Amino acid sequence: MEEIINSRVQDIEVQDYHINIGPQHPSTHGVLRLVVSLKGEIVENLQPHCGYIHRGIEKMCEKDTYPQIIHLTDRMDYLSAHMNNHAVCLLVENALEVEVPERVKYIRTIMDELNRIASHQLFFGTFANDLGATTCYMYGFRDREKVLDIFEQSTGGRMLQSYYTPGGLMRDIHPEFQKNTKAFIKYFRKKIKEYDRILTGNVIFQQRTKNVGILTKEDAIDWGVTGPTARASGLSCDVRKHHPYSAYDKVTFNEVLIPEGDTFARYMVRMHEMRESMNIIEQLIDNIPAGDYSAKMKPIIKLPAGEYFERVETARGVLGVYVISDGNKNPYRMKFRSPGFCNLGVLNKITSGFKIADLIAIFGSLDLVIPDIDR
Amino acid sequence: MTFNIYDLTTFFQWVDEFLRGAMAPAWAVTIEWVLIGLGYLLFFAVMGLFLVYAERKVCAFMQNRIGPNRVGLYGFFQTIADFVKLMMKELIPIKQCDKFLFNLAPFIVVIVSFLALSAIPFGPALHAIDLDIGILFVTAVSAMGVIGYLLAGWSSNNKYSLVGGMRSGAQIISYELSVGLSLMTIIVLAGTMKFSEIVELQAAGWFIFRGHIPAIIAFILFLISSTAEVNRGPFDLAEADSELTAGYHTEYSGIKFGLFYVAEYMNMFIASAIAATVFLGGWMPFHITGLEGFNHVMDFIPPFIWFIGKTFFVIWVIMWFKWTFPRLRIDQLLTLEWKYLLPINLVNILIMSFLVLMGWHF
Repeated sequence: MEEIINSRVQDIEVQDYHINIGPQHPSTHGVLRLVVSLKGEIVENLQPHCGYIHRGIEKMCEKDTYPQIIHLTDRMDYLSAHMNNHAVCLLVENALEVEVPERVKYIRTIMDELNRIASHQLFFGTFANDLGATTCYMYGFRDREKVLDIFEQSTGGRMLQSYYTPGGLMRDIHPEFQKNTKAFIKYFRKKIKEYDRILTGNVIFQQRTKNVGILTKEDAIDWGVTGPTARASGLSCDVRKHHPYSAYDKVTFNEVLIPEGDTFARYMVRMHEMRESMNIIEQLIDNIPAGDYSAKMKPIIKLPAGEYFERVETARGVLGVYVISDGNKNPYRMKFRSPGFCNLGVLNKITSGFKIADLIAIFGSLDLVIPDIDR
Repeated sequence: MTFNIYDLTTFFQWVDEFLRGAMAPAWAVTIEWVLIGLGYLLFFAVMGLFLVYAERKVCAFMQNRIGPNRVGLYGFFQTIADFVKLMMKELIPIKQCDKFLFNLAPFIVVIVSFLALSAIPFGPALHAIDLDIGILFVTAVSAMGVIGYLLAGWSSNNKYSLVGGMRSGAQIISYELSVGLSLMTIIVLAGTMKFSEIVELQAAGWFIFRGHIPAIIAFILFLISSTAEVNRGPFDLAEADSELTAGYHTEYSGIKFGLFYVAEYMNMFIASAIAATVFLGGWMPFHITGLEGFNHVMDFIPPFIWFIGKTFFVIWVIMWFKWTFPRLRIDQLLTLEWKYLLPINLVNILIMSFLVLMGWHF
């Protein structure tokens, strides 16, 4: 009898306890699927499955002209739409060696930083929501609305603005842009203290995030992690600082570096970056030079045959744009190096051994935008 | 006794005598049971719906929002509309689940909160059963709710649900200790477990004031641990909507989900009602010894209003910290209970016993 039981027991196949987080899950912030193998509550292994929102943007770019491509880049990382536009515009301008008016550079820098603030505000909301603090979500969205109003006034769009064009801007800024931006900064300097009061100092929040999901500096380099996530591991990788574009060489700002590399550090980097962005805007907003809002461009833009690469710092990290041109009005091949994709890669490394609740916290702290990963 | 004008004892006695005079005693008792049951059912439904509405309004108030404002004045009938919607929704059948247990689980949860509700004194004579071991009965019965959560988690054949059920098991069983011990502190002071006697004893002053610091500590401990026991944020790990989508009731649809939902709110009501009864004097008006005029004014407010007012105050406090704090992690939750709340509770009981022995309480 025992032999039979033993043989039966041996026949039982021991499987890992797999659990699908996503594609429909409130905390993946989009349609990402994480196949997680668990041991009780502890995450042993994690495999991201992307592609649920793959729209073939890179392929679509091959049939579009360069001004049309701008509109597709909005849809990648929709929370830093201005910065995505910026990358393609810079690439075309540098390839054609067009001198962009100073006014355009200033406005672009201000818009980028406003967009960074809006993105980090949303991060604050969603990250807190992932941890169960739903009220912070409303705080983040309340203040993000003010930024979106400023965008709407000047660009006509709230989230996907497509405001930049190769050579300049779609239209000039609204006459009240400067006044409203200054009013917003005055308002937000007060409100950001509220963020600290409700979340940063909270004991539960600190316990949930400190020493959770530690990403070392070496790992950050190995996995190509960029942006605030890498800067929270002490890796200096800010494109704005190392390879200044537009008006970033005219402003003084600190690159926020925190050496800890845990979830709390990733949160704090973004909190500080919002303050730095406000400093940058304050330095530029009163000094926007007069002039044209666009350089003279040919009606049909053709890049000379060759390979081009350009990168900008978005709210999530380094966005690289790589173009092979055969001299036509559309690129032969277009490739985006999106920050979200590379940052997602490190997720398995830093979550294994932590609990499901930690996985959600770590995932939230990477601040991924899924359409940016899949493109 | 100055609050006699609102005492319903004579009314209930008259009803009882009338029924007994009109028919056989067995029938009279049966009819009384049915009437009381209907009364509780009505109260359960109305209070559940109102609490859902209240939570949505309170949460909106804390989040710079307006909350429901379309159905009826100030959206007052929103939850009734939601309830009708839930009633009419399809109950999605699930393949390969234990159908019997799956269907049983929501009823266990609801029955348990009914049982606990029956022992709570709403006012003088507004009391279904006044057991000698009232507090013990309520804690024992409300601990049974975990069976419903575990069954729901297990029988759903869903991994999220299983994790949620597992969590709620660990959580509720742990926090049951703190709930019991913090109530025990007051039992030591009161010397009885009978709810009606506990309320009567607080005529001179509520226990939270009479029991010095140990009573205040016990009140705070009770608030924390009962919040954890009724699965509310920041201890809503069993649901954890951002981690486990909806935990143990992920697979439930329509009115079965509605039962879980209403039961959760009623459990919150019961926990608050116990807090109000044991610590804040239940339906006993607020009295200050020596100020006769003030005490008379307080007596004019009906005891039921006092009870509901105190209960809603506690509910508001529980909602307040739900909408402020992030959720704990399962190991932190258990650490909080076993390493902090339980030892504090034990020491607290010791201090309270000492105070009572020396006669140092008020």
